[in-house]
Amino acid sequence: MTTPTMPTAGAAVLEARGVTMRFGGLTAVRDVDLTVGPGEIVGLIGPNGAGKTTFFNCLTGLYVPTEGSVSYQGTRLSRKPHLVTQAGVARTFQNIRLFANMTVLENVLVGRHTRTKEGLWSALLRGPGFKKAERTSEQRAMELLEFTGLAHKRDHLARNLPYGEQRKLEIARALASDPGLLLLDEPTAGMNPQETRATQDLVLAIRDQGTAVLVIEHDMRFIFNLCDRVAVLVQGQKLTEGTAEVVQADERVVAAYLGTPVGEEAGSGDRAAEAKTGDAGTAGATADAEGPADTADAADTEDATDAADRTAESETADTETAGTGETTEETPDTAQTGDTP
Amino acid sequence: MIAMTTHTTTATPRAPLPLPERAARLTTAAGALATTLSTALAWTWSSDFPGDLTYYFSPAGLQLVTLAGGLLALLLAASGLGLRGLRWLTPGGRNAAVLLAALATFAATWFTLGAIAVQLGGLVNLEPGGAVAGLAALLTLLGALGLPPDRTDGPPPAGPWQRFTATLAATPVRRRTRELPSWAEILIIAAAFAAGLIVFTYGIDTDDGAPFVGYLLFMVLAVPALHRAGLIARLTQLTHTHRGIALTAAFLAAALFPFTQDTDQYTIIGANILIFATVALGLNVVVGLAGLLDLGYVAFLGVGAYAAALVSGSPESALGLHFPFWAALLTGAAASLVFGVLIGAPTLRLRGDYLAIVTLGFGEIFRIAMLNLNGTTGPDITNGAMGIPNIPNLEIFGFNFGEPHHILGIPVATYGNYYLLMILVTAFVVLVFRRAAASRIGRAWIAIREDETAAVAMGINSFRLRLLAFALGASLAGLAGTVHAHVVTTATPEQFQFAGPQPPNSAFLLAAVILGGMGTLSGPLVGAALLFLIPAKLDFLQDYQLLLFGIALVLLMRFRPEGLIPDRRKQLEFHETGQLDVPDQRLPDTDATLGATQAKA
Repeated sequence: MTTPTMPTAGAAVLEARGVTMRFGGLTAVRDVDLTVGPGEIVGLIGPNGAGKTTFFNCLTGLYVPTEGSVSYQGTRLSRKPHLVTQAGVARTFQNIRLFANMTVLENVLVGRHTRTKEGLWSALLRGPGFKKAERTSEQRAMELLEFTGLAHKRDHLARNLPYGEQRKLEIARALASDPGLLLLDEPTAGMNPQETRATQDLVLAIRDQGTAVLVIEHDMRFIFNLCDRVAVLVQGQKLTEGTAEVVQADERVVAAYLGTPVGEEAGSGDRAAEAKTGDAGTAGATADAEGPADTADAADTEDATDAADRTAESETADTETAGTGETTEETPDTAQTGDTP
Repeated sequence: MIAMTTHTTTATPRAPLPLPERAARLTTAAGALATTLSTALAWTWSSDFPGDLTYYFSPAGLQLVTLAGGLLALLLAASGLGLRGLRWLTPGGRNAAVLLAALATFAATWFTLGAIAVQLGGLVNLEPGGAVAGLAALLTLLGALGLPPDRTDGPPPAGPWQRFTATLAATPVRRRTRELPSWAEILIIAAAFAAGLIVFTYGIDTDDGAPFVGYLLFMVLAVPALHRAGLIARLTQLTHTHRGIALTAAFLAAALFPFTQDTDQYTIIGANILIFATVALGLNVVVGLAGLLDLGYVAFLGVGAYAAALVSGSPESALGLHFPFWAALLTGAAASLVFGVLIGAPTLRLRGDYLAIVTLGFGEIFRIAMLNLNGTTGPDITNGAMGIPNIPNLEIFGFNFGEPHHILGIPVATYGNYYLLMILVTAFVVLVFRRAAASRIGRAWIAIREDETAAVAMGINSFRLRLLAFALGASLAGLAGTVHAHVVTTATPEQFQFAGPQPPNSAFLLAAVILGGMGTLSGPLVGAALLFLIPAKLDFLQDYQLLLFGIALVLLMRFRPEGLIPDRRKQLEFHETGQLDVPDQRLPDTDATLGATQAKA
């Protein structure tokens, strides 16, 4: 089921090989490979419970993967989360985990922790070095607050920020550790379209500053607008990986989000769609031309007709992809394609 | 509908007593004046009542409390009347403050009269002066009850009780209209701390029993009166702008205390309060900053005390060493540090409740180990239950702490000397706490307390920092322990229990931190002072002491969960106020500067 990772130019920022995470008898993540190249934005999608966040936790050391290895810029990452951050991998959390009773500025200053060295003695003696370090930290933190547009709220408690700004503050806090790779776990969850767009611009700006980004998201428009590459995780395994077009075209992704039609339902679906067979057939053929046909799955022959049946309508649906589950269903079923070469 | 309700609102009396507002104010002021003057009269004919209230034109004992209350109520009422030059007294609510001050005066006065009647056996023991005082205080209270609430918004209060509580409600403090020159601000800070010293000294000098209860009753109502008036908020603002000066003033005021004492009777309480407060501040690093619940903290005080006792040159010491004080101090701190790391290293991987249980166990292990190291059940180190007695007095550079000395021409006896030494130790601990809290390390501690997972994801080595907090807290307690050993002259295991009727013990230490305000600097100091002084003064209650203490704690946690001196964060956590937390001056300032820059552009 695993696919070879995309070859990337230059040394990979992040390279995960065969990451497997088992909780007792449950395998949450099974043998996942993932590479993030320098300056790349990689998306990680998959239905709820697919193991995306677990995979994130394996990358950042919050979980120790049962098998597999994760390396950052060629060196193997530590199993200790704080050393992972120190190495240059920062993250945000799916359910916002700010230091609620600290101010906005303090939150970002905590993010500076790994990049400063002043210990207790230095704090007690308050030498010139301490003052200088504090000043520099504060300067950098303020830069980041300007960058994320939160500078005017520096003295608010984090808990009192509106939701969208809390998300931004999480990103600012993560950026404070000057990471080479930023892991974003559903950065636009619960946001309105404007906020989502702003976040999108923010992520692009972060990339432009040279930080690679790996992002989990359910908002397909956000993912496909933003990401250079998208990996799909289903039931703990990587289903496919490729550019937005490739992933959108993969009918197994549709199946993963919608479920595979079975028995009566599938049959009736086929029959109802038969009227359009002619159109759909041609559309399917053109789609096939985009990528080599999948040879792996026997079930594909059945799915192929199903996907082809709906291709005609989804040509238009594709253009108006949006973050809701409903549109997500329609998005990837443009055509049937195989795994990435 | 809304219009109707507002209409009825204005029609119904909003004050607890239906009086015309102006009349109510005048009555209050007149009553307060009369109360003030009544303290010049004799309240009783017999000098048997503590404080001797038999003199004319010489207020004494509890009369002083009534005098202070009368003056306070008078000033606040005059400010409420809009008297020129007194408006600054009530930047917060005018009426709530007056009502509380009147209540305080009334409570203190009637308590005194009641105590005279009960202790001396009957109302006949009251002089006419006492009756005058009682009636005047009652008049003040009645007048104050005729004042409407400061807040005019909200639904009209239904019954008399609701009207009463509505009048007591707090109002936001209004902004300062004009800035004072900074020397004036500093002068105000100095005056405030001087007043604090006087009030505290009066409290500590009061006789146990009725006089102290009267004092306590008064303070419990008078401090909220100042708070409602907005004066405390103003003072806090000032101390924030002049932090260094405020701290110095506080320490100077505290250092002056032994000079107000003729005997050592109360300076020993002062010295013990400082020891207790210092340990509480050390515990605040662990509990308040790093969020580690430590239920065995008093053991570190014990380690310091035993270490100091062993090297003190006490004839009973198993080691028979006699270190100079500085070395003993370092030994105590280092021994506690070692124990802190030894206990912390294996246990700090635990979270929350588990850590609490382990530390509770450590506290008991320490006490029992000290009991057993007596030569029969273990090596002879601590002399078992007898402890290490006869710890000699300290001597620093020939300055013997056991002998009375004249400092600036004022005699200061043994405990006064220790008190002054403890002031230095406390100042040191305050410095450590402040600097540690406002640094990268302190922020990391707070981050761990807030959300450990997120803190770790920010690159904070949670275990190391928690161990650091634990070790720092332990060594601060050890430092205080060395002085403690010399003040009490004996180190016994029973001094260092988990819970007991007398501080210091782990439960009281934790209570001092929580009652005072977790994570703050002054909170544990105030909490410790109260928790030491009140049990010490209410000794006559005997078995009921802990019961009342418990009830008081429950009430306080119910009505003020953030502690007496709240951390800004905690206050916001417990009382949702939306965006009101925005630091008072900053926003308009930044707005103004923004506007200015825009104008320039």
